[in-house]
Amino acid sequence: MGRLKTLWHRLGSPRWFYEISGPWAAGSLIVGLIGIAVGLVWGLAIAPPDYLQGNSFRIMYLHVPAAILSESCYILMGVAGAVLLIWRMKLADMVVAAAAPIGVVFCIVALLTGAIWGRPTWGTWWVWDARTTSMLVLLFLYFGVMALRQAVPREESAGRAAAILAVVGMVDIPIIKYSVDWWLTLHQTSTFKLTSAPSMPAEMYLPLLVSVLGFYTFFFGVLLFGVGNEVLMRERRTQWVTDLVRSRQS
Amino acid sequence: MTAATFARAPSIGRAFTAQVQRDLTIAFRSRSELINPLMFYVMGISMFPLGVGPTAERLAEIAPGVLWVLALLSTLLSLDSLFRRDFDDGTLEQLVLNVDPLFVGVLAKVFAHWLVIGLPLTLLSPLAALMLFLPGAAVPTLVLTLLLGTPILSLLGAVGAALTVGLKRGGLLLTLIILPLYVPVLILGAGAVTAVIDGVDPAAQLAWMAAILALMLTLTPFAAALALRVGLE
Amino acid sequence: MRAASWTATALQAPLLTARALGCERDGRVLFNDLDLDIRPGDVIELTGPNGSGKTTLLRCLAGLTGDFDGEVSHAGRFSYVGHRGGLNLQLTPLQNLRWSAAIEGSNASNESLSSLLDGVGLAGYEYLPCQQLSAGQQRRAALARLGLDTAALWLLDEPLTALDDAGCALVRDLLARHRAAGGAALCATHQSLGLERTRQHALGRAA
Repeated sequence: MGRLKTLWHRLGSPRWFYEISGPWAAGSLIVGLIGIAVGLVWGLAIAPPDYLQGNSFRIMYLHVPAAILSESCYILMGVAGAVLLIWRMKLADMVVAAAAPIGVVFCIVALLTGAIWGRPTWGTWWVWDARTTSMLVLLFLYFGVMALRQAVPREESAGRAAAILAVVGMVDIPIIKYSVDWWLTLHQTSTFKLTSAPSMPAEMYLPLLVSVLGFYTFFFGVLLFGVGNEVLMRERRTQWVTDLVRSRQS
Repeated sequence: MTAATFARAPSIGRAFTAQVQRDLTIAFRSRSELINPLMFYVMGISMFPLGVGPTAERLAEIAPGVLWVLALLSTLLSLDSLFRRDFDDGTLEQLVLNVDPLFVGVLAKVFAHWLVIGLPLTLLSPLAALMLFLPGAAVPTLVLTLLLGTPILSLLGAVGAALTVGLKRGGLLLTLIILPLYVPVLILGAGAVTAVIDGVDPAAQLAWMAAILALMLTLTPFAAALALRVGLE
Repeated sequence: MRAASWTATALQAPLLTARALGCERDGRVLFNDLDLDIRPGDVIELTGPNGSGKTTLLRCLAGLTGDFDGEVSHAGRFSYVGHRGGLNLQLTPLQNLRWSAAIEGSNASNESLSSLLDGVGLAGYEYLPCQQLSAGQQRRAALARLGLDTAALWLLDEPLTALDDAGCALVRDLLARHRAAGGAALCATHQSLGLERTRQHALGRAA
């Protein structure tokens, strides 16, 4: 408990975070990339083909992690936003700023791979199924947060406004997901889903797990780098940053 | 005389009533602001027969969705004025400084906004339903979904309006921010009407909408109040 | 007599205390390590050229912005009349005043509100929408709120804007009566209020 408290206090200083995050970021990035590589090779090449969908299902190894991560990223953004609003922790603002573009990329990857998956399976490039629709709405939510942050002229106010929107969005996400799921059952004429049934044999499930874990670690690394950049940007007028820049230039 | 003799305790109920009265008076001063969203609703609905063709079957099929989407858009268009005018003339500062807790003042403004925009839309909807050949049996459900849904639209919209209040040309950004949040209300509202047409009981959808309304009533005034303070900084 | 009332005033607890206030905007330091005490009976003129941070300081003291260093504490309520006045132009002065009275918790009756407007020289204009009034008349309507007497401390941003000589005299009068009743005021202004026994506080250099 005491160590958690100390960590919490330390997080109040963006500078401390910056100094500590470098090795963690690099390490996570490397481990994550290895995990992704293993998971993808395993899933794309080694795992057995699906009896229904043949080889096209393999895109799942990219699609599912991307989808899971884009959602987790938004929740992280919402939680960081809440931390910013309640405790006024500057670092939380930087997490919101850094997480948004990463989440958008994952969202777009999920949508694109969803389209690639849909093409051989349904013959169309776009399908309004529960996951793709929720992903699309999530993309709009991300866009809103980024656009709002851009539009507010004062940095600190921009951060707080974006945080409020992120929190409202986070609260709304379960409601959106539920209503989209329900909407689909209302209008669906057939009962198949693009996402695989939960009962997958281990040969299919394990590479997926590795892939997801790899993506999470990779995301963590990219996030740490991104937050580090935000720290430098926001603290650009302080002594320690100007000293750092000067020492790097020489 | 000391500072103590100046102290008055403002009554929050009185502040609420005064705010609603004030906003209603302002709204009625400007006839065009009252009518415009309603005209947009009717005009927008009319675009569909023109674009899709006047056949009753085709229009009736898309009617629930179109009626709801247009109610959404009409509300969106009217949201920008919720706080902007007060921001520009300094009244918002007075509201923030004097009304404590601020969320009551926000709720008062949202209520007045709904009375002027959402409620008339709801009452106008049977006419619009007529234009799209919505089956008569579905009209009461349509009105009920709008009655439950338009307050949700106003409440969520208030958060967006508060977040963009100080921004120049914040109107479009407001739309972009709020639309994804409107998705559940749209799905449930239009879905309930479709359900009635299909002969299914819409009780589940209506119950969900009522639950969402209750949730929004408790959460959005706080979020909007906080956003207003950020906007004034 | 004078000496006695000064001492008595000085011994009363401050209505506002500000310590080590610092603020910067766009990389420019507006003020730094500023201390301020406002006691009953104080009328302070906050002077300085355009862009020196007078409005920002007032807003910090009023709590409209949290973006500053230091501490501000209030002993009670205050009335803030900002740059933009706080009047809705489509409503009449009377309607605006009625709303102000409601949110500030004043029990003033309609007749008192009318006579308040009378007192600021708007007799006969109470029922006209504010957009039909001149700039000076609008400022008077905005200042009429102060007559509601709901707060001991007044924070005024450029109260003399758009006012003619009669209007300025009106503001002087309002301030003098408020001070005599034990109130205090901090006015950001770049013209002299013309009131005696005011404190001056000058803010920085021009941009």
